[in-house]
Amino acid sequence: MRNERIRAIVGEHGRLAVAVSQLNDDASLYQAGLTSHASVNLMLAIEEAFGIEFPERMLRRRTFESIASIDAAVRELTQLDFAA
Amino acid sequence: MTAATVPHLAARTGPDAVALAGQVGRAVAGPAAPHVDRESRFPSEAIAALREARLMSVLVPVRYGGLGCSIVEVAEICDVLGQHCTNTAMVYAMHQIQVAVLTRHGGSSPFFERLMRDLVERQLLLASATSEVDVGGDVRRSVCAVEPCGDDVHVRKHAPVISYGEHADAILVTARRHPDAAASDQVLVVAPTDASRTTLTRTSGWDALGLRGTCSSGYVLETRVPASHILADGYDDISAQTMLPVSHVLWSSLWLGLATDAVNRARAFVRDAARRKPGTMPPGAVRLAEVVGVLQTMRAGVTDAANAFDAIFDDRDALSSMGFALRMNGLKVQSATLAVQIVSQALSICGIAGYKSDTKYSVERHLRDAYSAGIQINNDRVLGASASMLLVHREDA
Repeated sequence: MRNERIRAIVGEHGRLAVAVSQLNDDASLYQAGLTSHASVNLMLAIEEAFGIEFPERMLRRRTFESIASIDAAVRELTQLDFAA
Repeated sequence: MTAATVPHLAARTGPDAVALAGQVGRAVAGPAAPHVDRESRFPSEAIAALREARLMSVLVPVRYGGLGCSIVEVAEICDVLGQHCTNTAMVYAMHQIQVAVLTRHGGSSPFFERLMRDLVERQLLLASATSEVDVGGDVRRSVCAVEPCGDDVHVRKHAPVISYGEHADAILVTARRHPDAAASDQVLVVAPTDASRTTLTRTSGWDALGLRGTCSSGYVLETRVPASHILADGYDDISAQTMLPVSHVLWSSLWLGLATDAVNRARAFVRDAARRKPGTMPPGAVRLAEVVGVLQTMRAGVTDAANAFDAIFDDRDALSSMGFALRMNGLKVQSATLAVQIVSQALSICGIAGYKSDTKYSVERHLRDAYSAGIQINNDRVLGASASMLLVHREDA
C-alpha cells in the first residue's frame, strides 16, 4: 500500500525518462532521470501525502535514490509518529 | 626570475606549497598579469612556473607520488595566486577541481593509476567540458552520449565554453552514460588532447570584460578513447561530493585573493596620501577602515567553509546532504557578491588612480575580473537551486 502510494507520487513528480511501472524497487531513480529539482518536488509531495517531515539527516541523495529507499525512510518516520 | 629559478616542490619536508605559490605569484604571475589581460591570452609563463615548482600535483595522493595536500592548503594557494593574477589563479583552481575529481572518483584501474602518476611526473594541465549547447546552462544534463565505437567509445560535444582547452593536456567531458540514457544520467570521460584522440573545432572566441586570460572559447569536441577512460563513479556523485564543493571553495578563495589585493592597493593609496600631508587624515581613510572590515568578513566566511568541507572531506554521505549543498551555494554567492563590493569600494578610495590601468593603485582589472564571479557561474542559478532545496530543508534542533 505504502509502496503503491510512493510509486504514484514518483510517477507524478519525478519527471523520469521511463514509466515508474518499469522500475523495480531498487532501481536508481537518478539513472532514470530524477534531477535535483524534481527530487525536491518529490520530497514535498511525499511529506504532504504521509503527513511527515524529513529531518535534515535524511535530506541527502541516498534517501531518494530508489523506491525502496524512500519506502524505508517513510516507514521509519511514520513509525516514529505512531510511537509519539 | 624565470620559471627555472623557482624552487622545486619535492616533498613535505621541502618548501611550503603556499609559500612557493607566493613566489610564483610575485616573480612571474603578477608581472605578467597586465599583459595576459590586455592581450586576452593564456597565462603561459605563470602556468609554466607552477609546473616547474611542481604545484600542479599537490592534491595527488602520496601513494602516486603527490603531496596529498588538503583542500584547505589548495584554497590558500588559490588565494595567494589570486592576489597576483586572477587568470592564473582561475586556471589553477579549475585544474585542481579536475584533479580532485580524478583522485576521488577515477577508480583504481591501470589507466587511472597511470594518469595519477602522470599528473605528478609530467605536471599535466587538466580542463573541463561540462556545459553544452541546448541544455540551457544546466550542467547536470547532457545531450551528447558515450557511443560504442569498436573497442573504443566516441563522444561528440558542442560545448559553449571550454576554458583553456587548447592549452590543456586532457579535458574531462560529461556525457550521457549511453545513447539511450536519461539526460541527467551522466558519466565523465577523460579525453587526452593529442590529435590522435581528440579534435577541438573552435565555434566562438573569448574577448570578454574580465578573466580574459582563461581563454574560455566554445568548441565542438570530438574524442575517441578506450572505455577505460570513463570514471568509475557517475557524475551525479562526482558533482555533489566533489565538483561543486571544491569549485565553490577554490573559486571563493581566489576571489578572496583578488579582493585582498584591491584592498592592499587602497591601503597603499591612503598611506601615500597621508605621507604627503602628515597630520591630515586623507579623504579615503574612513572608507578604507570600512572596506577592511568587509574583507575580514569575507575571509572569515571563506576560511570557515573551507575548514567545514575539509572536516567531512571523506564522508561521502555527509557531502551528499542538502545542508552541505546549501552551505556551499551560500559561500559561492556571498563571496562572488562581496568580491565585487570590496573591489568597488577600493576603486572609490583610489579614485582616478584606481580607475586608470597604468598606476600602481589601479584596480580596474580587479573590478572587471570580479564581475566574472557572479556572471560566469550565475548567482541567480545558484540561488535558484538553494531556493528549491529550502522548500524542504530544515535545520535540526
